Parts: sequence; structure tokens; C-alpha cells
Amino acid sequence: MAPSDHRRPYKRPAISDQQRRRDHSLLRQAQNRLDAQQRARCLASSILSLENPETDSVPDLDSTTGQEQSEVPPKEFDVRQASKLRGVEARRWFARQLMLPEWMIDVPDRLSRDWYVFARPAGKRCFVVSSNGATVSRLRNGSILHRFPSALPSGSRSRDASGTSQSYSIMDCIFHEPDQTYYVIDILCWRGYSLYDCSAEFRFFWLNSKLAESGACGPPSQYHRYRFSLIPVYNCDHNGLSAAYMGAVPYMKDGLLFYNKEAKYQTGNTPLALVWKDENCSQYVIDTDNQGNIPIQQQVVLELQDDGKLNTSDDPPVVFGCLDSDFVHKSGLHSGNLLRFSIGDNGLSFMEERLDKADLCYIGKSNRARAFADSYSKIVFQHMVRHSPLKMDDFLSSITSSDDQENQLNDIEMTG
Amino acid sequence: MAMEVTQILLNAQAVDGSVRKNAEENLKQFQEQNLPSFFISLAGELANEEKPVESRRLAGLILKNALDAKEQSRKYELVQRWLSLDVVTKVQIKACLIKTLSSPSSDARSTASQVIAKVASIELPQKQWPELVGTLLSNIHQLPAHTKQATLETLGYICEEVSPDAVDQDHVNKILTAVIQGMNSSEANNDVRLAATRALYNALGFAQANFSNDMERDYIMRVVCEATLSPVVKIRQAAFECLVAVSSTYYEKLAPYIHDIFNITLKAVNGDEEPVALQAIEFWSSICDEEIDILDEYGGDFSGDSNITCFYFIKQALPLLIPMLLDTLLKQEEDQDQDEGAWNIAMAGGTCLGLVARTVGDEIIPLVLPFIESNITKPLWRQREAATYAFGSILEGPSPDKLIPLVNVALNFMLTALVKDPNNHVKDTTAWTLGRMFEFLHGSTLDASIITPSNCQEIITVLLHSMKDVPNVAEKACGALYFLAQGYEDMGPSASPLSPYFQDILQAIYAVTRREDAGESRLRTAAYETLNEVVRCSTDETASIVMQLVPHIMMELHQTLEAQKLSSDEREKQNELQGLLCGCLQVIIQKLGSSDATKYAFLQFSDQLMGLFLRIFGSISATAHEEAMLAIGALAYATGSNFEKYMPEFYRYLEMGLQNFEDYQVCAITVGVVGDLCRALEDKIFPYCDGIMTQLLKNLSSNQLHRSVKPPLFSCFGDIALAIGENFDKYLMYTMPMLQNAADLLAHTSGADDDMVEYTNFLRNGILEAYSGIFQGFKGSPKTQLLMQYAPRILQFLDSLCMEENMDDVLMKTAIGVVGDLADTLGSSASPLIQNSVSSKDFLNKCLASDNSMIKESAEWAKMAISRAISF
Repeated sequence: MAPSDHRRPYKRPAISDQQRRRDHSLLRQAQNRLDAQQRARCLASSILSLENPETDSVPDLDSTTGQEQSEVPPKEFDVRQASKLRGVEARRWFARQLMLPEWMIDVPDRLSRDWYVFARPAGKRCFVVSSNGATVSRLRNGSILHRFPSALPSGSRSRDASGTSQSYSIMDCIFHEPDQTYYVIDILCWRGYSLYDCSAEFRFFWLNSKLAESGACGPPSQYHRYRFSLIPVYNCDHNGLSAAYMGAVPYMKDGLLFYNKEAKYQTGNTPLALVWKDENCSQYVIDTDNQGNIPIQQQVVLELQDDGKLNTSDDPPVVFGCLDSDFVHKSGLHSGNLLRFSIGDNGLSFMEERLDKADLCYIGKSNRARAFADSYSKIVFQHMVRHSPLKMDDFLSSITSSDDQENQLNDIEMTG
Repeated sequence: MAMEVTQILLNAQAVDGSVRKNAEENLKQFQEQNLPSFFISLAGELANEEKPVESRRLAGLILKNALDAKEQSRKYELVQRWLSLDVVTKVQIKACLIKTLSSPSSDARSTASQVIAKVASIELPQKQWPELVGTLLSNIHQLPAHTKQATLETLGYICEEVSPDAVDQDHVNKILTAVIQGMNSSEANNDVRLAATRALYNALGFAQANFSNDMERDYIMRVVCEATLSPVVKIRQAAFECLVAVSSTYYEKLAPYIHDIFNITLKAVNGDEEPVALQAIEFWSSICDEEIDILDEYGGDFSGDSNITCFYFIKQALPLLIPMLLDTLLKQEEDQDQDEGAWNIAMAGGTCLGLVARTVGDEIIPLVLPFIESNITKPLWRQREAATYAFGSILEGPSPDKLIPLVNVALNFMLTALVKDPNNHVKDTTAWTLGRMFEFLHGSTLDASIITPSNCQEIITVLLHSMKDVPNVAEKACGALYFLAQGYEDMGPSASPLSPYFQDILQAIYAVTRREDAGESRLRTAAYETLNEVVRCSTDETASIVMQLVPHIMMELHQTLEAQKLSSDEREKQNELQGLLCGCLQVIIQKLGSSDATKYAFLQFSDQLMGLFLRIFGSISATAHEEAMLAIGALAYATGSNFEKYMPEFYRYLEMGLQNFEDYQVCAITVGVVGDLCRALEDKIFPYCDGIMTQLLKNLSSNQLHRSVKPPLFSCFGDIALAIGENFDKYLMYTMPMLQNAADLLAHTSGADDDMVEYTNFLRNGILEAYSGIFQGFKGSPKTQLLMQYAPRILQFLDSLCMEENMDDVLMKTAIGVVGDLADTLGSSASPLIQNSVSSKDFLNKCLASDNSMIKESAEWAKMAISRAISF
């Protein structure tokens, strides 16, 4: 029955610091949970299937940015918001955001006139986004490679003058481990100015003039952790092709990239950018397995469909074969699974330049880090490498013959 | 056996440890062999006048402890055990207890009173022992004074133990009548009168109906007021305690008596003995509490929507109340600032003055200012201290417009006094007053600040100087620095005015934490709290200085872990220090980990930090565990998926934390850390999920775990599902039924009180967050269809919530979000279900029309998801 002690706190703050710490933590956790929820919700299926990019159902991720959103082209907006994505969703999203060259399985027409060529550096393909005083590089699977200060616009805190937080830049790069350098292969956005819809010709011009200007090509310093570097890009004529193929570069080469001059930056697989390799310009011509060994038989990854068909990642997909439903059922496979096959002795057979038959042997499910099946061009390129590769000479001769043709045309014109 | 029990009970109190231990063992055996006979022996011992008082008292205590426990689950067991005893045994025991109330031994009587109250607290709510109150009341009229006193004491204990609704109004009336009669001045025996007055203190909570009856209330109040004039100090004190209880329980009934009560309290404050005077001041403090609450509820809107009227008692009493309180300020005790437990009339008066300032605001200033002005420069320290304390007390309440001009004048004076005044007591209060100035009149929310570029440096110099003063002054200087830093908290990334002094400030605080005498006056704790606040409010430009601090704090923590062979007292201090150091590291992790500019450099420490935190779990201190767990959560958030490497070692402590029901704060924090881990590790947490899920499910079904942990447990399911996605499928068969059953119990809140409604909403929110996480986690997976079977009941739950009036904003936001998540993930297959639900129509529209942007945003998302689901 002791009456309560009426002693009151004397010269003491009303709340203990421990309670404050607890409250701060709870607040942070609640906020993080909301963020995670928000992220998950914004992965509305429409964002993921970008086949239909103009869909209006992309939810507003952050109502406070609603103002600026209308001024920002939707693609870049997605890129910045997508940095909040995680896991499988992020892998899919980021993989779809890069322009993915097809493998060169035949030589395009007008190579010397319409195309650029350059030596692709060996390394990690990534997106580099600088904004808000920080620079973040993300691999194709969406995971962060580095987060660092850089001399790119808004790329570090020290350079507040270089732009507001709305000003951000996005580049398509390859990070080359041996010299710790980001080699910029394309530019998507500079200081908030979108270059997605510009031709490659313009993008390369812009890249050449702006990157050096920013100081990003300078040596690393406290506010610029990694060096950025331009790659010499050549017209795809005889000289250009030889320079790209044989010329000395400070990086290890991994094949040649061909870009059509008129091509806009198109996300996903595109025939307007092509990759080609041989043993002289790449260590990785033939695909290796998980252990880094070259399998005796070529392996391919295909996506299983509802009806048992095995598709490539192309749009529209190419059907490489079909599994019978008993097998699918017994092996516990589902539509959407990525499956690994080896190509048997009968190889691939073509009819009128189209795939007719493929001799597939099932191996198992693919590594789950994979986001997509192989593309048609990759499978065919790999097949060609093993059987009848496309050679440098083929390019050179195609150029020479088309040059001749053009000369002839000109001649006719002049005499006419 | 009955013969032996006396000796065993005496032995159990023997000086010789082995004798005592042996006796305790005997008692335990006896209890285990035959509980009814053990209880009867104890009750018989207590009632037996021929037994020594020591054995009687211990018999009673053992009996009392066998009926109640602090821990809820244990208490429940004991109650069930008593209820399951046979009736004959219980009747026999109760008879012994009632009989003991007439014992000549006051110890035996008092012990019996307490045991009776415990039995009553078990039996009355079960409608058992209906004759108890009647028996007690019949005793009062017949028996000698000491029995009457014991009976009143028993009634008081019963009122303390039993909830008012377990006693019918007729019995309440009779109890109050008996108690009031016992208090009346006509009662000649002072022991009886005191027991009655103390009993009334507990019985007031039962008197709701009687206080609504004017005549009965007048009578009770008259008797209480008369008792404040008793010649016996203890009766006067108990009577004032009753007045304090009345002031908070029956504030709205006080108006007719307030004038008389003022006169009574004035007399007591001015002339009565300290225990009485303290209660008289507490009466006014308590009135302030009430009026502050009421006015808060008005929220400045005087249209009077609140159902309690403010009578403005304080405002009316102001001209007389203030001089009374100012007088008390001059009655300080020497060295009261060095004595942690001190509580005297000057302290109570000053505290009350502060409450009055909060109640009336600006009006207090002109009434206090002359006192300050005439005393603050006086040669006697008591006058200077009283004036300073008065000034410090009124800094919260009045408007900044009125205070800032005064503070601008006083600030320099205070800074000088803090350095130069010869008296420690004055310096202590001066530093505290500076802290109050910074707390209430400095910060980004104010138009004007009392701190300018020109005085900032001097303020800091003075405070750092004072941090080297004696411990109590240094502690207040730390406090002032805390609020100085806090004022710059919301300034954003722009340069802080503290930055130029940052290094000096950190060094000075760090030096304080290492003072030999930092254990006195709570100095070490205050220094770490200030260190934490300074770190929280630091900016990027000073991050490198914070970074330099990390190895020092880690080293200190390391040293506490290395200390060997400590006495239990030293061990306790060591644990306290570990808690402080972990707390400090947690703040640093949050600060440096939240900015990209500093995060990577900071994370070089993460291995070492984690190693230290894990070692903390080897200690037994719950506080240190809690702090280490909080710090680990912050570290996981900062390190992201790299935290995976710590999981093999950390996991068992995580499990331990989840199992810690006793220190439920540790458990709650650990549940939060599981959420942090989910977001940091994502699918890499999967290997640990079997263990975590098992424990979470156990915790949810336990009735031993504190209820506040349950809502976050539900939310945690959502965190896990979101992290591991479709892999959550193996847990669906356990979690879904549990969520559904919990949801069914919570579908309606009719008849619950505010507290219950609030808690119910927390639970519902937790359940819905779990659903959200599960739906979103499965999105896009072939296993989505597994969720289909649960959809009808989830929508049913959502629909039932929509009918509720008691939903708060947070719950609405979560609920409409779940509707969207369900539609988003299940898509067209759930289309018919969605179209038939109320939540996708009326509730959605209600949310879309909400003023609350959170709700609206969620609703827009849900609308989009629903329209997509039903359009296919």
C-alpha cells in the first residue's frame, strides 16, 4: 500500500539517449521496410517486360519527384529508380537496359560506309551513373561494382558546382581490372541531357568532346577514384579495321565491336551493333563452362516454354527444339526455366540461311545468375567458331569488293 | 511435520549459510511432497500466537510469494495452482489468515493483511470468497483497535490488488464507509486513523460512483482535508497523498474545493515538515500535469472538442502560487547536487515552477522576473542559485518571442557565472540553465536563434572549460553541449557552425569519458550521450574526425572485454560501460554508414567491430546485449550483402536474442535486426531461414513473450518473404494459418479501450505487412499460384477491416497496399475475388480521396494493380 514515489526527474532530459537510439533504429528499420516494399511494388510486371516501354502503368516511385519526372525522358528516370531494385528483378532489369550487340554471323552490307569499329576491352560491362555527388557502377546483373567519387558531372561531393542533383550522367563502360580503368564504350546521358535517341555518330562525337573536358580521364585522386578512358573508334574501312584489329591499345582486347553509325541506343539485343572475335584479338573466343574449361561439345542455354518449346532470348524468339511433356514433368521443370544443352554430333543444320535442325542433349538447369537464354546469333557464332569461322580476311575482302562496287558506281555516274 | 516447521523456518533465517541452505532445501521438499499440507502448515504457523514472530512472519511471506510472481507466465501458473487446491484446504487457510488479523503481534497482522489481499486478488475476479468483504467489515465494529487497524490495512491492500470491476458497488460503498469512518477526526486511535487514510489512497480508484454523488464527494473531501490538519505527521502526509491522487483521478470534480485546498497546501509548504510539504507541492505539480494534458489535447483549438474541460486552476492560483514556489527555491540543501537520491522542497518547488510555466506560458514571466533580478547578483549563493534555477525553470512554456530578448541579455552573464562563480551549486544550475536555453531557444525550427557567429566560439570555450570542473558541473556542461549540437541537427549537409571546433569538442568529450571520477554524478553516461549527439549532428566535412575516433572507442571496448577477475560491482560497471561504448559505435556506424562519401572508408573497421560485438554476447548484461544488437543491425544495413561473411558466427547469438523472452527489449531489437539482415543479405539469408522461422513461430505462439514484440514478429515474416522470394513457399503452411487465425481474432475492436485499439491496430498492421512481403516476394514466380488458396480469407479480413471505424492512417495505408499487392501478384486469376470485395471498391475510393499522401500513394498503386488484374 506504499504510495507511489512522487519524486520527479530533476535537471534531467525527459528521454534517455538509449531510448533515442532505440527509436532511431526502429525508425530506420521502418523506413527501410517501406523502401523495400516500395521497390518490390515498382517492379510492376510492365517495367520488367520492356517490350512495351511506352506503357503508362509505370507507377510513380516517389511522389516528391513527380515534378521533375515529367521533364526527364522515361528511360533515364527508370535507370535511376531501378538502382533501387534488387536480386533477380535487378538482374533482369539491368540486363535489358544495355545495348547488347548481336554476334556477327555474316558481314553486313556497306560495312565501310555505315559502320564504326573498335577494339573491345576485356573486362566487366557495366552501367556507370553519376548523380548526387556519387558515382555508381552496376554490372549487367544489377549488382554494384563500385560506388566512388569521380570527376564526372555530379560524380563527387567536391564538385557541387558541376551540377545540381538533377544533373546526372549515364555511360556504358567496360571496367578493365589490370589498369583499374573504366573504358567508355557509349554514352546514354550527359548532365541530364538524354542521348538515347541520338545516332551513334553523334554519341561518339559527344563522348569524345565531353569526357575529356570533365577531367574524368585524369589520373585518380581523392575525389576521382578511377580513371575513365576513351577508346579509339574507327570508320570501318580498310585502315580502320586494321587499326582496330592490330593496333596497340593500353588494354587487353576482347574482340571487335561494330556499331552502325545511325543506330540509336537501343536496349536489349540489336543487330545494329555486332561483336566478332578470333584468337588474335580475344582470349575468349570459344565459350567456357563454369570451371573455365572449353567443353568438348558446344553448350547452349535455352528458355523452356509452356508448350515444351526451347527458345532463344531473341524477340521474336527462335525455336531450337522441343521437350516432351513427360520429360518436363519428371524433371520438375517449369515454363520459364533456363536450361543448358550440349549440341550433339549432328550439330546445327540450316536451310535457306535459317535454322532447320539442332541436335540438343539436355544437361540441366543453368546457373541461376543467368537472366536470359542465349541469343540466336551467339549460338550460331559459337557454332561457326567451332566449324567454319568468319575471318578477318572475310571483312577485308567484303570491304574491297564493296569499295570496288562504289567506285564503279561513281565511274558510271561521271561518265554519264 | 507441523512441529518441525517452526524450526525449519527459523533455520531458514539463520546466520550460518549451511544451516540456512539446508532449511531452504527442507522447505522445498515439503512443498513438493504435499502442497496443501505445506500451505496449511504455513497458515497455521502464521496464526499461532505461541510461535516466535520470526517464524510466523516468514511463514506468511512464503505463502504470499506462493500466490504471485512478477513474471506473467509464472504468475498465471501460481494462480492456477491456488485455484486448483481443494475447497477444504482453502477454507482452512483463509480462516487462519482472518484470525491472524486479531493477533496482538503487529508483524503477524500486517503479514496476514498482505496474504489476504493476494488470495482476494485471485478469488474475487472468479466470484469466489464472496463473504470476505462482509467478514472484514463486521470485524471493524467489534474488535479492539489493533484488529480494526489491521482490517483497514487489509481493505487497503485489497483495493490495491484487485481491479475495481471485481468488487460490486454495494461492497465498494461499505468499504468506503468503513474507511472514511476510520479517518474521521472522531476516531481516537491514531494507528486506526492512519491505516484508514492509507486505505483510502488505494480505495479512491473504486469511488467513481461516489465521487459523482455531490453529497458523498463533499463528505469524502471534507474528511480528507480535515486529516491534513491532524497532529500526527504521518496522517497529514497520507492525507495529502490522498489529495494528490484525487487531483489526477477526479480533476473535473475539484472546482468547489480548490480554494480551500490552496490554503491548506500554502500552510503546509510554508510551515509543515518536509514530507508533508513535498506532498503539498506535488498536489500542484499534479494539477499542472492534468492541465498540460488537457490543453495539449485542445491543441490550441479552444472550441472545446475535448471531453474534459480545463478549469484553469493554475492560471487562477498564479498570483499566490508563484510566490509560494519561489520561496521554496531558497531552501536548498548543501551538496544536493552531489547526492543522486536527493529530493527536497527546493527541488520539488523548482520542478513545480517549471510545470507551471508549461501550463500558463507567457503569463509567468512578469511574476518571476523580479525575483530573478533581485537575487541573481546577491552575495549569498542560495539567492544566486535560486534566481538561476527560477530562470532555467521558465524557459519551457512561454513563447520564444518573449524569452529570446531575456536570454540574449542573460546569456553572457550565465557564461561568466559558469566560469567564475565560486559556488559549485550555482555553477551546476547555471550550466543546466544554459542547456535549457539551447534546448528550447536554439534550432532550425525557430525564426531567431540565441546563438550567433559572434558568441558561438565563446559558448563552446566556456562549456569545454566547464567539462573539466567537478563531476556534477561537468555533467551539466555535457548536457548543455548536447542541446547545442542538437540545435544544428536538421541543418542538412551545409557547413555546421560547430565544424571549426569539432576536433576540440570531440577531444574534450572523449577526455571526460576517461576521467577517473567519471563514475560520479552520472558523468560518464552524460559524456557518451553528448558524444553521440555531436556525432549525429556532424556533417561530411567533419566525418574524417569522427572516423579517427573509431579505433579509440574500439580499443576501449576491447579493454572492457579483456578485464579479468572483476568483483560483481566492477563487473556491473564494466557492463554498463560496454553498453555505452556499443551505443556510441552504433551511432557512428549509422552516421558514417549512411553517406557514400564515408561508408567505404568506414567499412574497413567492420571485421573488428563485428568481432567485438560478438564477444559482448558472452557477457550477461541485457543492456549490453541490446546495445550490441542495435549496433549490429546498423552495421548490417551499412555493409549490405557483405554481411554474409559474419552470419556463420553471428547466427547463434541472433537465435539467442530471439529466445530472450525475459529481456523482451533484446528480443524486440533482435526481431528488428532480422529485418535488417533480410534487406542486407536478400536471398543469401535463405540458409538461416529454417532456424529463424522456427524461432519466430515459437515466439508468436508463446504467452510468455511481452505483447509489444508480437506486431514486429508478424512484419518480420514479410521481410523474410521479400528477401527470399518464392523460397518462402516451404513456410507458407505454417505462417499462413497463423496469420489467418490472428487476423480472425482481430477483425473487430468493438468495446475495446483506446490502449487495446491501438495495440490491435499494431497487430493488424504487422499481419498486413507480412501479407505484403509474401505477395511481393512471390511476384513473377511460377509458385504464385500457391497463394491463391489464401486469397479469399485475406480479402475477407481486409473487407472486415474496411467496416471498422478504428483504423488509423498507418493501418489504412498498409491495408490498401495489400489489396494492390494481392492484385499485382495473383493477377487475372484473382480477378473475380477482387471484383467481389469491398476493399477494392469503397475502401479504395476512400483511400484515393484521403488527405494523407501516404494513403493516397498506396491507393493509387493499388488502383493500378487492380485495374491491370481485372483487365486481362
